[in-house]
Amino acid sequence: MGSHSDGTPHQSGTVATTGTTEMERFPDPGLPPHRPRLTDVESKAAKRAERQVSLLFLISILGSVMFFVGYFGVRVEGPLYDVTNPTATDALRLQNLLLGLGIALAMFGIGIGVVHWARTLMPDHELVESRHAVRTEEQRADAQSILTTVYDESGIKRRPLLRNTLIGAAVVAPLPFIGLLKDLGPTNLDPLKETLWDEGVRLVRDPSGTPIKASDVTLGSTFHVVPENLNELSHHEGYLDEKAKAVVLLMRLDPESVNVSPDRADWNVDGIFAYSKVCTHVGCPVALYEQQTHHLLCPCHQSTFDLTNECEVIFGPAARPLPQLPITVDADGYLVARSDFHEPVGPTYSQRGTHVEEMQGEAN
Amino acid sequence: MVLALLLTGGLYAVATTTNEAKAQTETYTAQDIEEGQKLFLANCSTCHGMEGAGTPSGPSLVGVGAAAVDFQVGTGRMPMQANGPQAPQKAPQFDAEETQQLAAYVATFGAGPGVPEEEYLDVTQGNAANGAKVFLANCAMCHNAAGAGGALTRGKYAPELMGVEENHIYEAMVTGPQNMPVFNDANITPEEKRDVITYLKTLETNPSPGGFSLGSLGPVSEGLFVWTIGLAVIIGFTVWLTSRSA
Repeated sequence: MGSHSDGTPHQSGTVATTGTTEMERFPDPGLPPHRPRLTDVESKAAKRAERQVSLLFLISILGSVMFFVGYFGVRVEGPLYDVTNPTATDALRLQNLLLGLGIALAMFGIGIGVVHWARTLMPDHELVESRHAVRTEEQRADAQSILTTVYDESGIKRRPLLRNTLIGAAVVAPLPFIGLLKDLGPTNLDPLKETLWDEGVRLVRDPSGTPIKASDVTLGSTFHVVPENLNELSHHEGYLDEKAKAVVLLMRLDPESVNVSPDRADWNVDGIFAYSKVCTHVGCPVALYEQQTHHLLCPCHQSTFDLTNECEVIFGPAARPLPQLPITVDADGYLVARSDFHEPVGPTYSQRGTHVEEMQGEAN
Repeated sequence: MVLALLLTGGLYAVATTTNEAKAQTETYTAQDIEEGQKLFLANCSTCHGMEGAGTPSGPSLVGVGAAAVDFQVGTGRMPMQANGPQAPQKAPQFDAEETQQLAAYVATFGAGPGVPEEEYLDVTQGNAANGAKVFLANCAMCHNAAGAGGALTRGKYAPELMGVEENHIYEAMVTGPQNMPVFNDANITPEEKRDVITYLKTLETNPSPGGFSLGSLGPVSEGLFVWTIGLAVIIGFTVWLTSRSA
């Protein structure tokens, strides 16, 4: 082994030079000498390793016992999450701890024990596994002759019509599978266009469902709002889908500090503005309202909207302002919607452009 | 600096019709008001003005009510420790009596929300389940579903709610300190506010049944734990598995 690093190419063996004979090749270094472990030579050490392995197995048994102590021994009695008396939650925590720790120790003890056993006590003699012999030239020639036979007998060179139609079929055959991909997406995107908001639908508080008087919305306050007709839906009738589209944030701003474009002049009630809570980036609920800076922050990707400028994006990845819900007051002084949103809420989707045109056509 | 101070307290200019009714419930003696005035002149008037009408360095306190004083001074946010995006909580500078005297004086500037009645702070009467609903709809987006707090824009943050006194939670909702919006009694009724407090106190007294909550901060702290401690354990075992026994 010592001669492989003396620097001359002819002796190093790592650089192949033409014309080298068998004798000049790098000699087989063989295996390093077998070094016996402490447990191989000393019976005391072997005995100790044996005890360690069985201790690990005992720990595993202890873990399994711990699981059953937690499962049968700990009683979770009384109401969970009681504000004055946490005994039941404490018991639940102890039970979860014993179950988890028990299973972990049961698995861990066996696993570590077996590995320790193999490392210290099982024989560690080296084994040599020879490579497969390199294939001979005859075998290569055989394989080549098979291919040549196929080429000749199929007549693919003599009959170009067959060849060309086969290539055509192979190109066209995968197309149906690409066509099937279309079915992975929704076939009807129209529900994304409409929400439950409509002319005269009252704005109600989430979750209590009570209507909101314009006088209740004081400067600096914010209301989390859903349409009144949402509460008529059950969970089987798409309650969550409709809620996800219709959620609105309502707040009163000082009318003098707000820029309102002329076509939205009658969309607010004395500085009470309603905006969709669904982020135009990927649809997270944008509800972090700072009442001094009038920033609306999306917690997912930090898109920030400026409420004083019709929710213009001032930071972050969102591409469009949040859609505004036109509102007014009804005869009883409650806030109601003037119409549905004038554009689809939430992030971009394939048919959004056509939907925007359709919705603005309906609004005018 | 001026901007920061304006941000901190500009909301005090907001007087609400719904909260006015409560302003009279707390009765202060003439001596309270007199003592409060002395404290105010010595400690607050530099920024808020001699009459509490505000200066370029601090907002007007007209109509903020006793509740705002009890919250801001009682949690140590006022007097403000330093100019910055947000006034942090610190050890209160005034004791309960002095805070009450200051509140009595500031309440004379104009009608505003008073300190909450004991009835609405009693968590044994509250409904934690309803409080959780109200909290998740109105508060959790900033303060985190477990009340652990969270970041806002440009250095501001929503503080952690664990360990906050019942009256301070109530007063924060009703006055909207700093950048927090106001949740007046028409929006969240006093009973619902009590439910919210009950929910928070339930989270506070009951341990996390899953074991270590790692601050309840979600993927940030949990990810950090797994990527450091978890990976270190895996690497340690890999080294042990492949090493040769002595």
